[in-house]
Amino acid sequence: MNFSETNISDLHNQLVKGEVSATDLTKESFKRIKETDDDVKAFLTLNEDAALKRAGEIDKAGIADDQLLAGIPLAVKDNIVTKGLRTTAASKILGNFKPIYDATVIEKMNAAGFINVGKTNMDEFAMGSSTENSAFQKTKNPWDLTRVPGGSSGGSAAAVAAGDVLAAFGTDTGGSIRQPASFNGIVGMKPTYGRVSRWGIIAFGSSFDQVGWLSKNVKDNAILMQAISGLDAHDMTSADVDVPNWAAHLDEASVKGLKIAVPEEYTSDALDDDVREVITAALKHFESLGATVETVSLPHTKYGVSAYYILASSEASSNLQRYDGIRYGFRADDVKNLEDVYVRTRTEGFGEEVKRRIMLGTFSLSAGFYDAYFNKAAKVRRLIADDFNKVFKDYDLILGATDASTAFKLGDKVTDPTKMYLNDALTIPVNMAGLPAMSLPAGFSKKDGMPVGLQIIGKPFDEQTIYDAAYVFEQTTDFHKKNAQLGGQD
Amino acid sequence: MNFQTTIGLEVHVELKTNSKIYSPSPVQYGVEPNLNTNVIDWAYPGTLPTLNKGVVRDGIMAGLALHANITKHMHFDRKNYFYPDNPKAYQITQSETPIATDGWVEIEVNGKKKKIGIAEMHIEEDAGKNTHTGEYSYVDLNRQGTPLIEIVSKPDIASPDEAVAYLEALRQRIQFTGISDVKMEEGSMRVDTNISIRPFGSDQFGTKTEMKNINSFNYVKNALEFEEKRHQKVILSGGTIAQETRRYDEATKETVAMRSKEGSEDYRYFPEPDIPPLDVSDAWIEEIKQEMPEMPGERRARYTKELGLSDYDAMVLTQTKEMSDFFDEAVKDGADAKRVANYLMNDVNSYLNDEHLDLPDTKLTPAHLAGMVKLITDGTISSKMAKKVFKGIIAGEEPAAYAKAHGLVQLSDPKELQPIIDDILANNQQSIEDFKNGKDRAVGYLVGQIMKQTRGKANPQVVNQLLMKSLQAQ
Repeated sequence: MNFSETNISDLHNQLVKGEVSATDLTKESFKRIKETDDDVKAFLTLNEDAALKRAGEIDKAGIADDQLLAGIPLAVKDNIVTKGLRTTAASKILGNFKPIYDATVIEKMNAAGFINVGKTNMDEFAMGSSTENSAFQKTKNPWDLTRVPGGSSGGSAAAVAAGDVLAAFGTDTGGSIRQPASFNGIVGMKPTYGRVSRWGIIAFGSSFDQVGWLSKNVKDNAILMQAISGLDAHDMTSADVDVPNWAAHLDEASVKGLKIAVPEEYTSDALDDDVREVITAALKHFESLGATVETVSLPHTKYGVSAYYILASSEASSNLQRYDGIRYGFRADDVKNLEDVYVRTRTEGFGEEVKRRIMLGTFSLSAGFYDAYFNKAAKVRRLIADDFNKVFKDYDLILGATDASTAFKLGDKVTDPTKMYLNDALTIPVNMAGLPAMSLPAGFSKKDGMPVGLQIIGKPFDEQTIYDAAYVFEQTTDFHKKNAQLGGQD
Repeated sequence: MNFQTTIGLEVHVELKTNSKIYSPSPVQYGVEPNLNTNVIDWAYPGTLPTLNKGVVRDGIMAGLALHANITKHMHFDRKNYFYPDNPKAYQITQSETPIATDGWVEIEVNGKKKKIGIAEMHIEEDAGKNTHTGEYSYVDLNRQGTPLIEIVSKPDIASPDEAVAYLEALRQRIQFTGISDVKMEEGSMRVDTNISIRPFGSDQFGTKTEMKNINSFNYVKNALEFEEKRHQKVILSGGTIAQETRRYDEATKETVAMRSKEGSEDYRYFPEPDIPPLDVSDAWIEEIKQEMPEMPGERRARYTKELGLSDYDAMVLTQTKEMSDFFDEAVKDGADAKRVANYLMNDVNSYLNDEHLDLPDTKLTPAHLAGMVKLITDGTISSKMAKKVFKGIIAGEEPAAYAKAHGLVQLSDPKELQPIIDDILANNQQSIEDFKNGKDRAVGYLVGQIMKQTRGKANPQVVNQLLMKSLQAQ
């Protein structure tokens, strides 16, 4: 069974009626994974025995009408800790790490009865835009196996695009949900910073990190997001804001009179022609549905990438110090003394990109450089947030491309970090401001046939307007009906 | 050449909270290593700190007790360094916005009063403990995350004596707030010192040397005195003081160089992103002020004005919160304040000194001391008997029962005493004559006879009254 061809509501109805069991769905998911994953390599760890056991328990207990997520197989990005199930963040330094607790988002989904089929590949510690920085394997884009799935949630995006599951957890620090969603023709939503608890998310850039979902369709995404949102006593940065039933509102959603701002920086010449064409058409489509679309400017966008790499790397350099070989995870062999434990463990345990960012962050925080780097970047962050605030005084949503190009070829950018970093130029400012944003399938490149994502950015805690606009667009277009054909395009 | 000395003190005070500053693990000692730890204390992947608001409250209270300004908008910072007792490899502290700034305490040295400024105080977490045996090292994280307040003095301290007076004042005030035990021997108060000297009148501080974790006030004094002299000797012989951390050797009473401070460590401080900035409202500060226990100064004023004690007595009784609380409770029980004060300052204090004990370590209770004092006041026992009763109550005995059991009760009943007096008078006609002839010494002799007859149990006041009456009736 290809999970790209179904949705949560349909599966739930079948489960409640007894037409299908949670065990059937779980088996179908593993069957699909076995068919696709030799090529795609989306999964780092499969959870087959535990998933089937759980499915059996759910079947035995029965599924009530309001247990919308019970028995639905989903995948989990490998930087989200899962009790008893290997969690590596795609790093050798956590190669055999089995956590003793569940992340809050996993606890919530467990309570909702979801089936965790396994942990998905990613860039090591979520640092990267192609999933090529995984210490273990390279994930392929199901639309074209010679291309990257994007990153860092590349495994999750590829698992959804391949039809293994209908949605998967992602995390987004600078675009790690939206960019792979764009590359894989699926929906990727990063909620407002603070909307979802970070307890149990292996930290990268603590003031940027946010959990979200990659899904085949908009409504499923809204249902799943509601299930994981809300204040958590374990996370002081989680927000005490009501969690609406976003999905319930979708069927009456309209974009008539919606005021859409399009930053010139998000449609400029920096975009590839084929991407710009798709985005321009998508904006026209919104106009045809009654929305107004006007061009605005977010003038500090151009400083976003540099400031982000200073701030996120600074936080990462500190967050990753705990991987020292003392208490858990990998420790280098034949160490002679304490310094040896630290130096050799970290030298052997971390990959090149992680080490690059640790050095960048360590440098930016060093005495004598702090003001010129960290402090200045923190000021840029405020300017970027102000840019958004100004626009949101007059507009409901900001729309633009998620990424300047479609999925690139494996190996194309991995040797050129700067080129790779610029890949996130349009997604990073959103994390700098802590805003909610989605990448929505908006069409296909005329050049290479690959999917193109439209980025929809909303006001803080106004995920509803994003979901509404995305749902209207999805229901009035056919792009989401096309699925990846593994190995080549039809 | 004459020098002036400048001493800086950084004092770490461990707070008596139930749980740690950033995790729900209990703060408790003497348990199996790593028992009081959880995933947060281990810096387990994915964990986040949650700030214990009680620590902020205690920090504000300490700030108020030290006359400091409370910071209204504060955040936390990370101090980054690798060490096995520091599992996150960063300490969450406050470097940019300490919880309180610009406070002071008053000290008195050689009869001269002086205010010592406090530059700042911040809240932070303690580290774990490493132990090394043979080829293995062990890490115990029970202490990891214990809340601390660090109090940093201004460069106002000009001598080792002032340094000790400052520490005593600090300990006293913190102790009275009840937020910490402030016991150096148990590590709930730890002192780092730095010292420099410069020629009198120079506006440039000399190079300073540091000494960390000195564990008694005496050692602080000795170490600073040694360093002061060493600095003088080095400079007078044409040398220069190296900026370094030194260790005080308690055996030799000397300091020895540990490590050079030349290239100072870079802790790469930056704002802690996992704990949102915190606003302290005026209402909260007011609430904490209301909860603040009486400080030593206020108690002294109450003792002298309301209870009629001397300034000296009030000062001695408020040296420690334990003594002062004990006194208050005994007085509250209805015992005469002056008598209670005298017993505490004399008999109790010398007992504590002889036995090397602290007041809470004894079996003496305020109720028992009050009971004994009341027995004295109402004449049931004499001051002399009280010396014996004290031995009972210090061992945990109830005073009235103890006195009774040991026959330590005065004869005060006139019906019992009059026949004895009559008997003595009948046998001492000469003394009656002497009394009539104005020889007062006769009275003393007769009282002595009566006391002898009653084996010292007669209440002297009652005996005097009855005897005078009987003599005048002769």
